[in-house]
Amino acid sequence: MSILVDRNTRLLVQGITGNEGLFHTQQMLAYGTKVVAGTRPGKGGEWVLDGKVPVFDSCKAAVEATGANTSIIFVAATFAPDAIFEAADAGIPFIVCITEGVAVQDMMRVREYLDQKQVRLLGPNCPGLLTPSEAKVGIIPGDIAIPGNIGVVSRSGTLTYEVLYALKLVGMGATTCVGIGGDPINGTNFIDCLSMFEDDPRTEKVVMIGEIGGTDEEKAAQFIASKMTKPVVSFIAGQTAPPGKRMGHAGAIIEGGSGTAADKVKALEAAGVKVAKHPEEIPSLLK
Amino acid sequence: MKLHEYQSKQIFAKYGIPIPKGRVAATATEARQIAEELGGRVVVKSQVLVGGRGKAGGIRLARSAKEAEEVATQILSMEIKGLPVRKVLVDSAANIEQEIYLGITNDRAARRPVFMASAAGGVEIEEVARTNPEKIIKVHIDPLLGLRDYQARDIAIGIDLPKEYWKQFGDICRGLWRAYMECDATLAEINPLVILKEKSLMALDGKMLVDDNALFRHPDLAEMRDVDEEDVAETEARKYGLSFIKLDGNIGCMVNGAGLAMTTMDIVKLFGGEPANFLDIGGGAGADKVAAAMRIILSDKNVKAILFNVFGGITRCDEVAKGILVALKEVKPTIPMVVRLVGTNAEEGRKLLADAHMITAETLADAAKKSVAAAKA
Repeated sequence: MSILVDRNTRLLVQGITGNEGLFHTQQMLAYGTKVVAGTRPGKGGEWVLDGKVPVFDSCKAAVEATGANTSIIFVAATFAPDAIFEAADAGIPFIVCITEGVAVQDMMRVREYLDQKQVRLLGPNCPGLLTPSEAKVGIIPGDIAIPGNIGVVSRSGTLTYEVLYALKLVGMGATTCVGIGGDPINGTNFIDCLSMFEDDPRTEKVVMIGEIGGTDEEKAAQFIASKMTKPVVSFIAGQTAPPGKRMGHAGAIIEGGSGTAADKVKALEAAGVKVAKHPEEIPSLLK
Repeated sequence: MKLHEYQSKQIFAKYGIPIPKGRVAATATEARQIAEELGGRVVVKSQVLVGGRGKAGGIRLARSAKEAEEVATQILSMEIKGLPVRKVLVDSAANIEQEIYLGITNDRAARRPVFMASAAGGVEIEEVARTNPEKIIKVHIDPLLGLRDYQARDIAIGIDLPKEYWKQFGDICRGLWRAYMECDATLAEINPLVILKEKSLMALDGKMLVDDNALFRHPDLAEMRDVDEEDVAETEARKYGLSFIKLDGNIGCMVNGAGLAMTTMDIVKLFGGEPANFLDIGGGAGADKVAAAMRIILSDKNVKAILFNVFGGITRCDEVAKGILVALKEVKPTIPMVVRLVGTNAEEGRKLLADAHMITAETLADAAKKSVAAAKA
């Protein structure tokens, strides 16, 4: 078992003919993900990667022809909101947006619309997700994680790779690793993932990697205290970040005294979560 | 991106929000000329991108053009919270009866824009939020529907605004909403919005923050960026698509990925060092970006050691290593450098750097310890 993606995932790649789209499609195929279609308006009817994946002009046409049930977006930030709307209107229930730099007001409209249609979005500005040995939907390097019983959820990209790699080095593996992204307004949040991991029979423990900005970690702490039976280990990045400065991620900012790492650590520890001092400490806290 | 008061108010005026007559001046002589044109009492206001200008003495009243010149001379020689004052706004003084707060911001937790208003205007809204939260009216707006007329009325009623001002207040709310939407603002704030003795409303002060991610569709706003108010290195970094923030320590950090960059700073501190910066070279960074990043780190004279921490995914470690070699040749740094490469093409990267006299590290903790020791040596 796993969450969100597995062997039954039939993936549509929006923006498949671009540099990133093409490169990562190749990587996902090599991992074993069923990439069934791609879109690029104007290039419908073509095939990419030596005839492995058909290209369509629209999501609607791609879904009708291939039965795609998940989409991943690699288009530029300017066009990403439209790509999300298109996928949702084509009836795709789960959309992953890798694109960084989407305007926040666009995201507010996207979230409102998707919530009304009950479509799940992961991201934007995220590395996607990986169910080791089953499906890779995104850009997480496939070789840094092995299958196991730990659910991983994170706001970061490369920091998550560090953690997966540290787990692998001691022989620990993941059920699914989900990167929810570093933007202030996104699709899937910590609580969504914690709740799915709680319900997933194969997941026995959960690692949650947070960072400064917002109050999602504090809310997650409340959820853990009231709803979760499985142990959670955490790490929060940004102990040394100065207030008022955006630390790379659009959402990583301490504003008006709120969103500090210290507050988040305190809330998590109060909820019985073991919080690591640095990422390489996580495997020992899971034992 | 922060806009100055005078820029924000010019935008508000375009959306029909009344603002005082006035103009911006870079010299005291200009300030005097503007005051002469306006006639009567004027307010001379420093234009710097920080709060608390009034408390610092950066906003002052002048009863004549001559006094405006004197006051402008003083204000233009000030520094407010470390920022030198380069411009002043000279506005006609208003006859104030009451000060109101009105603003729109993104409520991150609610994932919606929120109007905030308070009858206790003029002071910082964060202060009101702390001391008298019940005095702030909040109205969330559906991003697909926009501001409805009844909501503007709800705000007016919520702050006990006398009935005769409701219509004008509604117009101002709609103007502010359009300014916020059409400029992709993350904050659009009038503080204070005043009831004048002449029985009408006017925006005396304005503040806008614009979403950097939306500037692609606002070339006019992008041009308003005041690079004089930014750290030189941060401006330089933006040119190369690097994310850089200067800190006070002595260990320069170059990392791929924002979360990992923050973590690298944290772990340096955990092992007794002080990070000199946050620097994310981003995904897929090539040699030119890496070289630019190294120049920026080394332009800080406090830096006594550099820590390179790269976890290759899309970013290939051999590309980063090539960038380091280019930069080494160009900049010829004399300080010790610790490098940790893991992931995609890490082995090739390490080989490239074998002759570069760098200290190598396997784990994150090891890299942090070695850089702390190197900075102390």
